[in-house]
Amino acid sequence: MSSTTVAVGSPLRALTRTETRLLLRERAGLIWGLGFPPVLLIILGALGGKKPDKDLDGLTLAATYVPIVIAFSLAMLALNVMPVLLATYRERGVLRRMSTTPVPPSRLLAAQLLINLAVAVITTVVVLLIARAAFDVGLPRQAGGFLLAFLLAAAGLFAIGLTIASLAASGKVANAAGALTFFPMMFFAGLWVPRAVMPDALRHVSDYTPMGAAVQALQDSARDHFPGALHLGVLAVYAVGFSVAAIRLFRWE
Amino acid sequence: MPVIEVTNLRKRYRGNEAVRDVSFSVEAGEIFGILGPNGAGKTTTVECLAGLRRADDGRIRVLGLDPQHDREQLRQVLGIQLQESELPANIQVDEALELYSSFYPDPADWRSLRDTLGLAAKRDTRYSKLSGGRKQRLSIALALVGNPQIAVLDELTTGLDPVARRETWDLIEHIRERGVTIVLVTHFMQEAEHLCDRVAVIDSGRVVAIDSPGGLVNRVNAEQRLRFYPSAELDDRLLTDLPQITAVARHGRQVLVTGTGDVLGAVTSVLARAGIVAEQLRIEQASLDDAFIALTGQEIS
Repeated sequence: MSSTTVAVGSPLRALTRTETRLLLRERAGLIWGLGFPPVLLIILGALGGKKPDKDLDGLTLAATYVPIVIAFSLAMLALNVMPVLLATYRERGVLRRMSTTPVPPSRLLAAQLLINLAVAVITTVVVLLIARAAFDVGLPRQAGGFLLAFLLAAAGLFAIGLTIASLAASGKVANAAGALTFFPMMFFAGLWVPRAVMPDALRHVSDYTPMGAAVQALQDSARDHFPGALHLGVLAVYAVGFSVAAIRLFRWE
Repeated sequence: MPVIEVTNLRKRYRGNEAVRDVSFSVEAGEIFGILGPNGAGKTTTVECLAGLRRADDGRIRVLGLDPQHDREQLRQVLGIQLQESELPANIQVDEALELYSSFYPDPADWRSLRDTLGLAAKRDTRYSKLSGGRKQRLSIALALVGNPQIAVLDELTTGLDPVARRETWDLIEHIRERGVTIVLVTHFMQEAEHLCDRVAVIDSGRVVAIDSPGGLVNRVNAEQRLRFYPSAELDDRLLTDLPQITAVARHGRQVLVTGTGDVLGAVTSVLARAGIVAEQLRIEQASLDDAFIALTGQEIS
């Protein structure tokens, strides 16, 4: 370990480094956020083969699931991994201890957001590369639209996650609340029934959920369309609304 | 020149008045105790002076700083160890010290601090694997890593075994020798008696007395009691005639003498003249415990 390094740099950098070490040591967050999505893609891609499916808007099963597993990774990190950790930190007085130092505990929150976002980005790159190498799924053609959709989806989901962390009194409560949010959201993302084969009414509902909007916006930009205003707008509304809620509700102790 | 001045501090939570009227001042280099039963307002008082809570009324100055207005500067010169503040379960001792030292502009050398606090052998141990005593030491180390001029230690030895408690006391005296002023919150009499230069006794949100531990004891009860078994028949009047003695009682063969001043000297010289030996002689003096009960009308724990 780097216990011999002398210069420490800024507190945010030191916090990010320490929290990264803890994430690597903890493993659970990495297994679900980074490890599981590519495995899911590989299984589904192998099942579906390389033939486009008329029922899936002319996409292969692998291509259909690329945005879904990316959204899965974001949601897992934003709704489960991070809120449980922050609620546990508050419950155990880790944030309270930090508030006795010159560095406010908001820096710890910033470090957590940075790290989880970085894990989501790595997962996304890995998923896109596997999809291309193993299942002939092209990289997103609308790279700018894809990036915008990804960032808005991340902003919306992390804001919801921070709101969960604000309301949960303990790590256990955050865990339960995260799971209760995660599974319905993944349903609307199309994890069990892809959006292309959802009944119209269900798909309309899905359009207004953060994960439904995220998956469609990512899928559109993968296929040479700029993501639609509806889906980007839905994501932006969630991002702004839940950011305001999290800022108003978050307690350090 | 006091480094901490608290004047008429008041703090209420939802109708419950935690601190009603607390005033005291702490001199540089002192170990100042804040002693009181659970719920007396001790923790609230130190949280206000550390700027973690806003007082409803009263004036606080710490090294000339206003804890609310000058929070940032205060946190650089005041280290505080709070109750029930843990660390992430998997962080190692060295990592925690290195991280916290990065929070301060002019930190102490965290490696030598670690060694001083006897944590060198545990440098790579995770927080969750440390014993209670070692967690407390790490907590003290983190409160000192910013090179503070004042350290506030809240219920430091609660839950420690007697050996770990003694070691922690030695450590605190060592810290004082480094020139750090220490505010020690405790509900543990022996701790206050052992460590503190002066003690503020707080009860129901008010200061009921401020004095040295010895001063508190004298103030309340200067009475002494002597118990012994006389080696031969003893006439009570030999003792009751002495000016120092207020009462003589018997429990079977045992004699119980109560008095003030030099009771021991008076009794032993009388007995010596009568050719009687006091067997199993024991002296009972008022302790801080007795003083505390007299001051607050209740037992502490």
